[in-house]
Amino acid sequence: MEQILWNLSRGVVVSVVIFGFLFLTLPLLVFVPLSFNAEPYFTFTEGMLRLDSDAYSLRWYRAIFENEDWRRAIANSFVIGMFATIVATILGTLAALALNNPKLPFRRSLGAFIISPMVTPIIVVAVGVYFFYTEVGIAKLSLGSFQIGPYIGIILAHAMIGAPYVVITVSASLAGFDHTLLKAAKISGAGPFTAFRRVQLPLLSPGVITGALFAFITSFDEVVIVLFMAGIQQRTIPREMWSGIREEISPTILAVATLLVIFAVIVLLTVEWLKHLSEKNRTGTA
Amino acid sequence: MKPQNYSERRGRWIPIMLVAPLVAFIGVTFIAPLGSMLKESVYDAEVANTLPGTVALLTQTWDRESLPSEEIYRKLASELIERSTEDRSVIGKVANRVNRLVPGTRSVWGKTARKLKNIEASDFRATLIDIDDRWEELELWHGIRQAGQKFSSRNYLHALDLEVSDEGNVVRVEEEKRAYVTLYLRTFYVAVTVTILCLLLGYPIANAIANASPTVSKILLILVLIPFWTSLLARTSSWIVLLQGQGVINDILVAIGWVQDDQRLSLMYNMFGTLVAMTQILLPFMVLPIYSVLNSMPPSYMRAAASLGANPIQAFTRVYWPQSLPGVYAGSLLVFILALGYYITPALVGGTKGQLISNMIAYHINNNNWGLGAAISMIVLVSVMLLYLLFDRWIGINKLKLS
Repeated sequence: MEQILWNLSRGVVVSVVIFGFLFLTLPLLVFVPLSFNAEPYFTFTEGMLRLDSDAYSLRWYRAIFENEDWRRAIANSFVIGMFATIVATILGTLAALALNNPKLPFRRSLGAFIISPMVTPIIVVAVGVYFFYTEVGIAKLSLGSFQIGPYIGIILAHAMIGAPYVVITVSASLAGFDHTLLKAAKISGAGPFTAFRRVQLPLLSPGVITGALFAFITSFDEVVIVLFMAGIQQRTIPREMWSGIREEISPTILAVATLLVIFAVIVLLTVEWLKHLSEKNRTGTA
Repeated sequence: MKPQNYSERRGRWIPIMLVAPLVAFIGVTFIAPLGSMLKESVYDAEVANTLPGTVALLTQTWDRESLPSEEIYRKLASELIERSTEDRSVIGKVANRVNRLVPGTRSVWGKTARKLKNIEASDFRATLIDIDDRWEELELWHGIRQAGQKFSSRNYLHALDLEVSDEGNVVRVEEEKRAYVTLYLRTFYVAVTVTILCLLLGYPIANAIANASPTVSKILLILVLIPFWTSLLARTSSWIVLLQGQGVINDILVAIGWVQDDQRLSLMYNMFGTLVAMTQILLPFMVLPIYSVLNSMPPSYMRAAASLGANPIQAFTRVYWPQSLPGVYAGSLLVFILALGYYITPALVGGTKGQLISNMIAYHINNNNWGLGAAISMIVLVSVMLLYLLFDRWIGINKLKLS
């Protein structure tokens, strides 16, 4: 009886797992073929189902790069993402070093404080940031005819929501750091700064770069803050997709989405490779 | 100073200096904005700053049961003339603000300010009532007095479907006017449902990844991580492709004859669409923490349970499940908090029936009702912070892992 029950529950679990994986991944595959649709529809045409080569085209991919709005959005996304990543990575790495030092007072509370932007609903963050930057006048700041204010606001906000990810990933690689190496450096005559720069930082770098990638993707994917802060000139890729979906739904969105999935895969493979590297560092087989 | 003492002190200052920049940065870019939001939700000095004398007199000398004294009417008239010569838009703002409390009084202000300029009056009460007889209504004066308070809880009352009755008690507003409590409950219900669905799907997935052979495990983990790294907007548009009336799922159901072409199912712009899309999007946040706990669990425990005579079900419920709980808690907290504040997906696939409290916040901000938007945000923030603190007390927030 128990054996039957066990087999039955195993069967249920296996089907749940299969369903779960299909549920997770199929939606990502559905729009890839549709982005090559020759017709301006969001659905499969009969020609596409017959695998007729005329039913497929690259016109929506061309449309992205021929459209000034999309080109500007791509540039904005990368510029904002890069600056936000630099700020988040520097501040986050330093803080992670401190949080892993047992001499730091109030370690636990400081850790919880630093992680708190990550667990605050993004809509709440966006509303607060919008009020604050309007109040202090950053939102309307401009350099000549260039409106720099919204960029500053968005970059600072994105750095703030990205920093906790850097703290978490760098802390994780610090947890595996062998502190006798620093002692060895000290014995060999290195000062604390040299020891950090020449010994600790290279070994931590996979963790730091992983954190930076997390921060970059957080900014690259963020749209709620951008919705409140950005004018037409500061729109990013997800902001442009948002209006695309709301206003005129065209396969261009699916072409952008496909490129974003490819981008995600590249980022993911990089992160996995870095993880592998940092494990090698840890076990000393490098 | 002893050298040992010195090095100990120095040892403490280095980490403090390393952590200080990020703490200061989060203070300025996160805490200060939350402060602005709090202020916006309780502070509204438009009326108090425009009509300071009138508001002061109303608060201090008026008995609130009969019409205000001639002194108050005179003060109001002089302040109205003075302000409207400086900047006419200020009077419009006051009118809007009072009108929200006493509907149907907006036009009184402009009309009175215009006509007062050409009148040399000695009896201001009679003159004002002559210009517009609404100056005879006690309700309008109550409105001015109330709107004149610099700090008020009215946004919070409004955000909780409450109001102050004529007797001064806090009561629930009439049933037709209630809007927000239902939305909090709906948001809570959606967050709980999504968390449960993610747990039901995510636990078996995490278990499968943790117990597969190394190669299979790596491939399965990548299948979870790709959606995790993929743009939220891309994933939301994929659900539109799947769920819309002319979408892939309906097309398939029609093609295999389960559904008539003219009776396509409405799978999106409703609660169903919101739940399905949110579950798929948040699932990796459940799988990853559970997996990281299961993966570090020594397999010998299960073998020990078996050799001590436990059947597989007992071994699972008594040994495996309890040890995996930290991952379950971490994943559930992440999914639940993210779901509470979800905005993009319900806005795009939820229609009107699938809207959550976050959509209401955005609506009020976009319609210039900042105070109310801020109050609702504060209510959401406080609920999330309470959860977060409970979690930290209970399990420890430093146990959160990402990859």
